[in-house]
Amino acid sequence: MKSPTLKKLRDVSELDAWRAKLQAAAGATGADAAPRQILICFGGSCLASGAKEVRDALAAVLKREGLAEQVALVGTGCMGPCVIGPVLMITEDRTFYQGVKPEDAEEIVTEHLKAGRRVERLLVSDPSGQTPAPCRESIEFFKRQTQIVLRNCGWVDPGRIEDTIARDGYAALAKILSGMKPDEVIAEMKASGLRGRGGAGFPTWLKWHLATQTPEGERYVLCNADEGDPGAFMDRSMLESDPFNAIEGMIIGGFAVGAQRGFIYIRAEYPLAIRRIQHAMELCHKYGILGENIMNSGFAFDIEIRLGAGAFVCGEETALIRSIEGERGQPRIRPPYPSQSGLWGKPTVINNAETFANIAAIINYGGEWFNRLGTEKSGGTKVFALAGKVRHTGLVEVPLGTTLREIVYDIGGGVPKDKKLKAIQTGGPAGGCIPAKWADLAVDFDTLTQAGSIMGSGGMIVLDEDDCMVDIAKFYLSFSQDESCGKCTPCREGTTRILEILEKITGGDGTVEDLDRLERLAKLVNRSSLCGLGRAAPNPVLSTLKHFRAEYLAHVVDKRCPSKRCKALLHYEIDAEKCIGCTVCARNCPAECIAGARKTAHVIDAAKCVKCGRCFEVCRFDAVIRT
Amino acid sequence: MSDISSAPAAPCGCACTFDESDQALVAKLHEVIADYRDKPGGLIPALQTAQSLFGYLPEPAIRLIADGFGKTVSEVAGVVTFYSFFTLHPRGKHLVRVCLGTACYVRGGKEVLDAFRKKLGIDVGETTPDRQFSLEVGRCFGACGMAPVVMVNDTVYQRVKPARVGELIGQIISVSAAGGEKEHA
Repeated sequence: MKSPTLKKLRDVSELDAWRAKLQAAAGATGADAAPRQILICFGGSCLASGAKEVRDALAAVLKREGLAEQVALVGTGCMGPCVIGPVLMITEDRTFYQGVKPEDAEEIVTEHLKAGRRVERLLVSDPSGQTPAPCRESIEFFKRQTQIVLRNCGWVDPGRIEDTIARDGYAALAKILSGMKPDEVIAEMKASGLRGRGGAGFPTWLKWHLATQTPEGERYVLCNADEGDPGAFMDRSMLESDPFNAIEGMIIGGFAVGAQRGFIYIRAEYPLAIRRIQHAMELCHKYGILGENIMNSGFAFDIEIRLGAGAFVCGEETALIRSIEGERGQPRIRPPYPSQSGLWGKPTVINNAETFANIAAIINYGGEWFNRLGTEKSGGTKVFALAGKVRHTGLVEVPLGTTLREIVYDIGGGVPKDKKLKAIQTGGPAGGCIPAKWADLAVDFDTLTQAGSIMGSGGMIVLDEDDCMVDIAKFYLSFSQDESCGKCTPCREGTTRILEILEKITGGDGTVEDLDRLERLAKLVNRSSLCGLGRAAPNPVLSTLKHFRAEYLAHVVDKRCPSKRCKALLHYEIDAEKCIGCTVCARNCPAECIAGARKTAHVIDAAKCVKCGRCFEVCRFDAVIRT
Repeated sequence: MSDISSAPAAPCGCACTFDESDQALVAKLHEVIADYRDKPGGLIPALQTAQSLFGYLPEPAIRLIADGFGKTVSEVAGVVTFYSFFTLHPRGKHLVRVCLGTACYVRGGKEVLDAFRKKLGIDVGETTPDRQFSLEVGRCFGACGMAPVVMVNDTVYQRVKPARVGELIGQIISVSAAGGEKEHA
C-alpha cells in the first residue's frame, strides 16, 4: 500500500482521509485488497529463539509457491507470551502459533494458507488441559487482558507509520487540533483518573494543571523511559513495538501544558528502542505530525532524544532533569516541583513512558470510559512484566483492580514444577514481597502500598518455595546500595549498613538483635532519605521482615535456611542406608572431605566441607541429605 | 611491557597523551566537541559519542572534552564516573554481560556469573589479559522468559547452565573466528 502523499499533511482532514483509505484496503477483497498477513513477533525473546530464521524460512516457501506478493510477512514488536516463542499470528483468522521452527514453514504455508487447515500441533494449549486454542482470542493468556497501552504491540510493524495510522494512530492528535482547548484536554485527563505509571501514582491531570498555572514562557515535556528496575521491561517492549503511541501522548501533553519542546530520556542499553523511536520521529517529521506548525494548526512541538548513561537514580524526576542538563544525576530537594521549576529552571511536566502511552486512547474514547476500567481511585490498566517462577512469563496488561491470583494463575498459568507459590514481588527494588496468602489482593496503587509494597513501574516477580526471602531482600538491597547516588547520608550509609546486616544473617552469623537493628535502620533510612530511591530502598527488607519473620528467625536462631539458598547455612550428610558406596561423591568432592571404602557407606567430614553442593548434585541414589 | 625510556615524554610524566595511531579519532573528537559544546546539556551526549569512537574514555579524551566545554577535568571526571555506562578502560573483544535482573537471579543467574568468573579468571568489570573477554553484570535484557540469559556483544544466549559455561566460551571464540556472531538459538 503506497502512501497517498510523500508531502506533509496539510491539515487534519488529509490525515483522516489517509486513515480511511488504509482501513478500507485492509477490509477489501480483490485488486484493492491489502495482502494477507503473517505477523511474526520480533520482540527480544522471540528473536533470541530464532524468529528471524522462521521469517526467512516462510519467505522462501512463499516464494517457491508463488505467494510472495499475496502474503506479507510482518515483523512486529513483542506479542507478550515470551516463553512460548517464536510466536506468530495469521491475521485473517487470528490463528496463533507457538514454538515455531524454520522447518514448520512448509506446513504453515501448504496446510494453513493454501488448504485452509490449521496446523494443530503448533496451537497453544490451555493451561488446564489439552484443548488447543484455535485463535488469539481463545488463549487464556490474552483472554483476560485488556490492552490499551499495548493495543498495537504485536499488531503493527513498528517501522511503518501506515500500520499505526490504520489502527487510529494520531486520531487523538487530530481530535485535539480540531478544536479542543488545552484545559479541555486536562479535564479529560481528570475524568480518566489516570495516575502516573512510573510508580508513585501522582494524578497526571494535576501535574499538567500545575504547569499551566506558571507564568507564560518556555515549558518542557519530558518522557521518562529510563527503565532501571532489574526485571522490568515494559517500557522497552512498548517503545520497541509501538514507538508512535508514546510520541503521540507527548505531543498531546505539549499541547495541554503549552510546551513546544520535549525530551525522551531513554536508557542507552536499549539500542533497538532508540533506533525505532528515532525512525518514528523522522516519519512524523516527514508527514508534518511533529515539528513546526503541526498539520497547519499553528501548534508546534518537537522532541529530542537523550540517552541515559546507566544510573538507576535518574528515574527520579529531579535527578533525570540534572542528567539532561549534562550533570551528575543527583536528586534535589522538592519543592519546588518540576511543574514549577524543572529543566533549566522552566516549568516541566515529566511523565513515565507508559503514562504517555495511555493519553491517545483517553482522548479517543473519553476519560469516563478509561475510568470505568479501573478501580474507584485509579483508572485504566497497568502493564506488568510477569517473570520469575511462573509458566507464562511475558508482558501482560490488566485493568487495575485485577487480583494477583488472576495475574499469576489465570494469565501466567501458575507456578511451574508443582511448586508452591511463596510470594509476589512488585515494584522492583523500591517495592516489597506480598505473601501468597494475600494473592486475592486487588492490585492498585493504594492496596499495594497498604500491603507494604508499591505498584512501581510494573515489575512482577513470582517467587516459589525455593526462594529465600532473606536472600531476595539482600539481592534488592545490594542493587539499591550499588545505585545510591551518594548525595544524602541516610541512603548512602544506611543501605550499606543494611546490606552488611543481611550478609551477616545469610552468612550464618546473625543474631536476634540484628533483626531489631535491621528494622530500626530500615525505618530510619525510609524516613530520612532525600529522594524516592532512598526512601523506598528499605521496602524489600521491611516487607519481608513483616511477612516472613519466621524465615529470618530460622536464619539467626536455628542457623538454617529453610529454602536452602544460603550456602553458609547448609549442611550436608550422607544417609548410610541409601549410600551404596559408589564413590562418585568422594571423587567429585573438591575439598576431599568424603571418606569411605568402595561398597560401604561414605561419610562427610563437616569440619572440612566447603558446602559446594557437588556431592548432592552427583549422587544418583539420593543418599546425600542437604539440610 | 615496553621500555619506559622509549615512551613519549609527557610534561606531567604520565602516559596521558594519544598514540600516533589515534590521530584520526582525535580529529573526530574535536568535531564532536564543536558539535556539542554550545548545546545546553551537551556534555553527556559528547561523552557518549567519544566513548563510541574510542571504545572507552581515555584520559586525554576527557582532558580535551573538559577544555572544550570550559570545565575542569575533575568536573567532567565526576560526570564520567557517576554513570555506569562510561568506562575508563578498554573492553575486550567479547563483552559478556550476565543478566542479574530479578527473573534471572531467581533462576540461577548468580551461579552463571560465578561460572564465568571462574572460567575466564576475571572479576566483574575486568578484562582478560589477552583482551578477548570483558565481564559485566546486566540488569534485564527483556528476555525474562528465557532466564537465565547472557548477552555477548549483541547476541543473547538463553537458559544458560553454569555447567556449560566453558562450552559456551569455546563456542563464542569459534563463532567469532568463523567470521561473526549471530543470533543464537
